[in-house]
Amino acid sequence: MSPAARRSAPAAADLKEKRELFRKVAVVGVDECDEIGIVPHKSVLQLHAEAARNALADAGIDKSEVDAVLTCSAGWASSLQVAEYLGITPSYTDSTAVGGSSFVIHVEHAAAAIAAGICNVALITHGETGHSNRFRQGAGRPGLDPWFPAPQFEAPYHVGGAPTNYALACMRHMHEYGTTHEQLAEIAVATRKWAQLNPKAMMREPLTMEDVLSSRWITYPFHLYDCCLVTDAGGAVVVTSAERARDCRKSPVWVLGSGEATTHQSISQMPDLTQTPARHSGARAFSMAGVRPEEIDVVEVYDSFTYTALVTLEELGFCAKGEGGPFVSGQRTAPGGDLPMNTHGGGLSYTHPGMYGIFLIIEAVRQLRAECGERQVPGAKLALVNGTGGVLSSTGTLILGAD
Amino acid sequence: MSQQTYRKPVPTPSPETKRYWEGCKNHELWLPYCRSCERFFFYPRDFCPRCFSWDVEWRRSKGRGKLYSFAIHYRVWHPAWAAEVPYVTALVELDEGVRLYTNLVDVDADPKKIRCDLPVEVVFEDVSEEISLPKFRPLDSRS
Repeated sequence: MSPAARRSAPAAADLKEKRELFRKVAVVGVDECDEIGIVPHKSVLQLHAEAARNALADAGIDKSEVDAVLTCSAGWASSLQVAEYLGITPSYTDSTAVGGSSFVIHVEHAAAAIAAGICNVALITHGETGHSNRFRQGAGRPGLDPWFPAPQFEAPYHVGGAPTNYALACMRHMHEYGTTHEQLAEIAVATRKWAQLNPKAMMREPLTMEDVLSSRWITYPFHLYDCCLVTDAGGAVVVTSAERARDCRKSPVWVLGSGEATTHQSISQMPDLTQTPARHSGARAFSMAGVRPEEIDVVEVYDSFTYTALVTLEELGFCAKGEGGPFVSGQRTAPGGDLPMNTHGGGLSYTHPGMYGIFLIIEAVRQLRAECGERQVPGAKLALVNGTGGVLSSTGTLILGAD
Repeated sequence: MSQQTYRKPVPTPSPETKRYWEGCKNHELWLPYCRSCERFFFYPRDFCPRCFSWDVEWRRSKGRGKLYSFAIHYRVWHPAWAAEVPYVTALVELDEGVRLYTNLVDVDADPKKIRCDLPVEVVFEDVSEEISLPKFRPLDSRS
């Protein structure tokens, strides 16, 4: 890490190291639902249930042992809906819904609850039909109270999807640091190379720099291939105590570090368009784990857009602030590069149903268990996960480790 | 523009924001100001989100600032904007120090012709009997 990046980390006094959570819990089960991609014949709750069954089977834990349900993406009070649907009567639930970072944050919340003895086996589920919602009456997210800020101060000027606001942040980054379309395209191309090694990835055809740079504008400065997919998919993660983890089907993947941070809701309230809360959640996670960015073997960071991944690498301290563009150049994050990133093909090429954070955890755990076949990062022992939610509003960072 | 043809979302003023929208109706930009930390803030609330003082008042903005960032929309995300693509959304940082989400108007929606930090000034678009929307144009576009 460069001296400039080191300086950008929050002062030590800002950090709560949370050493009481260090290695107290492990991720012991992960999986997707049976089909991901375009799944118009299944409901959101079916995707939650399949993923839950598959992740519990991966862990070797029976549903009857689950005493905590953490989820969002299943409507109002998601954890009630999912617990009821699955036939679980948990003693702990958490419906924290802060966008795509939610499921990463659920891991920290589960760890705190498990370490406090409130529960022992936490099931985190996700399921969304982002692709098929467009054909389903009434599907998707509910409208807002008209007296809320966004309907008054944003909607009159523009109604649109996530690209439209992330583009504002990216544009400012380009202005301040000279980040280029080519540098963003490096990430799209590198991520596609990983997807070509993942049979579950939706987009597996080769993608060139030229393809990215000649694709149509969605919202300037984003080309089509700067933007993630919109798919149907579900995933689940099982987290349990160190004691219970020892008896699971596979080796535990330890939660070594975790952090959560939020800076705003609306893009107009973002304190600095070029800085994300990952600088805070990342610093806390690194501090708790007692490791540095250069020790991480594999990085799974939210790539709703190429820019999201680029700025997140800066904010986490993998390079100095503003140097994300040069840093990702030369296919650094591709297979065989110095920094294996989004090794399943990311939201850009593997899957992205809307709030995609759970899939970052699933891939990190698989890498640490050496289950990734062709795309396996040799000898991966330390993985970093960073979920981003809202409009660069919320982040959750995890540092996971294998024995 | 008449109400019949205006199909974009129209804001519903709340008890906290009524004064802001009244100002806009008169083609004046009024902002909430914290008397305790002596700074403007936005969006309007009954209190200052910085120091949590409830000693706030309304002050008129000069309506000038700079383009903090912008995005150009080529895709029709909502049918009401179908006739306007490409159009520009912007975050404007007013000289008073607050940022507004808005549209940049009176400008070519061409990335080569727009740059961050461009000086801008407020213009108002009357969209209903009650509502005028503050939008911004480059300072040098005045006729």
